[in-house]
Amino acid sequence: MQQPELIPHLFRTEYRKIVTVLCKLFGIAHLEIAEDIASDTFLAASELWGLKGLPPNPVAWLYTVAKNKSKDYFKHNSIFLQKVAKEVSYTADSSMEIEIDLSAKNINDSQLAMMFVVCHPCNPVEAQIGLALSLLCGFGTDEIAGAFLTNKESIYKRLQRAKQKLREEKIAIEQPSPAKIDERLPAVLMTLYLLFNEGYYSASNDAVLRKDLCLEAMRLTYLLVENEQTNKPAVNALLALMCFQSSRFDARIDAQGELILYEDQDAKLWDSELVEQGKYFLNEASSGNTISKYHLEAGIACMHTMQEDSPEKWEGILQLYNQLLIIEYSPVAALNRTYALAKANGKEEAITEAEKINLTSNHLYHSLLGWLYTNIDNAKAILHLQTALQLAKTPSDKKLIGEKIRKLRD
Amino acid sequence: MKDFLFVFRMDESKMPKASPEEMQANTKRWMDWIGSIAAQNKLTDRGNRLVPSGKVLKPNNVITDGPYTEIKETIGGYSIIKADDIDEATEIAKGCPGLLFGGSVEVREINAM
Repeated sequence: MQQPELIPHLFRTEYRKIVTVLCKLFGIAHLEIAEDIASDTFLAASELWGLKGLPPNPVAWLYTVAKNKSKDYFKHNSIFLQKVAKEVSYTADSSMEIEIDLSAKNINDSQLAMMFVVCHPCNPVEAQIGLALSLLCGFGTDEIAGAFLTNKESIYKRLQRAKQKLREEKIAIEQPSPAKIDERLPAVLMTLYLLFNEGYYSASNDAVLRKDLCLEAMRLTYLLVENEQTNKPAVNALLALMCFQSSRFDARIDAQGELILYEDQDAKLWDSELVEQGKYFLNEASSGNTISKYHLEAGIACMHTMQEDSPEKWEGILQLYNQLLIIEYSPVAALNRTYALAKANGKEEAITEAEKINLTSNHLYHSLLGWLYTNIDNAKAILHLQTALQLAKTPSDKKLIGEKIRKLRD
Repeated sequence: MKDFLFVFRMDESKMPKASPEEMQANTKRWMDWIGSIAAQNKLTDRGNRLVPSGKVLKPNNVITDGPYTEIKETIGGYSIIKADDIDEATEIAKGCPGLLFGGSVEVREINAM
């Protein structure tokens, strides 16, 4: 890798590790100091590497500089050191020398502990995702703004507020006890699930950024799988879901960046390796006797990786949607269930059911009815698609619906 | 929206002996019906099935094996759904697959304590 690309790359992979390790050492109250030291380290790298060329081992160089900067900071801020030393249990020796452990193990442990801090329910979910992107994934404010389709300033404010909240609540950066894990894990999984969805379904046109979000969500979920304490069935189910979904990442976007609907995708572009990984984690998820919504969604995603369209496939999908809706209602699940119902039980029954779910302000609802009435009552189909067109917000949605209306009129 | 209890009753003696395929088809009918209620966001609690045998305790420590000697229909299960009024709840109950096999649904508004 050439130097101009190396620093942004290392920033993405190493910044978060340095911040997390330092922050775990200092405590959440000093999060900004950890961030400042990590930023200074990268500033030094971009200045020195440009002048003197790359060091033999850039990552080791970064860690050494981060350690030295931390120690310098302590020397010049004895008050800080006294405060931190009180909080850092094992450094309270006579020399007051702080040991900074940037070993792979401590990095992973720190990231895992930080995940529970970032996903703490004291912050709203959107802020949790922002914090995760900033602290656990090393995303810059402009990248986070790009993912949320908002401006840098509001993301900056959102992150500041969220960090302030963590300080106020004095959230400890530690892996929760086994008893606490069961209580806190659902919130962590929900944030990772939403982080993944932000990438998978985001309206942002930046395909690279969107894929990065998905990969980061998968990396963090994998951290949970790797740790014995957090390697729970629901975690494996969530990772399986992510694997199945991302197996279609390249097939669902065409060369112009436009979305390709599932039924029009070239199945040859589905990533079979990710499908296999998904099946592995789904199998791992099948221990225990609780079925989470991630199990059901992973099951649905797994059935979607079957290329042939058969009544059995859609019957299986329908039953999984039934169970999913029984656990937790969502409009999207209700719409998808109705689609599966049409495929499994026929369009007539699905039309009756669609009229009952009554999501009239949702463009997808009218698109669904447009599809259901196609070849049964085309005039009604066109009426629904026209309503869908009025309600649709993004240009790509409007284009897809417009094409359907044209086809029906021909 | 109010909560309504559905009490599913059936006459065990009248139930035909079902083949595995018929039992599977029946499970599908129930799941599609409950799924339909859930898709309308009107399911409060899917409830449970009840084991057919039971005991009934009466004053003076009189214990009998279930209420079956007096009533032909036994309670097979229950669910709790949401509806605006008893008429809407009854309308929803019309889809119950138990009705196809001579069963009944009792619809009762829950008077929350």
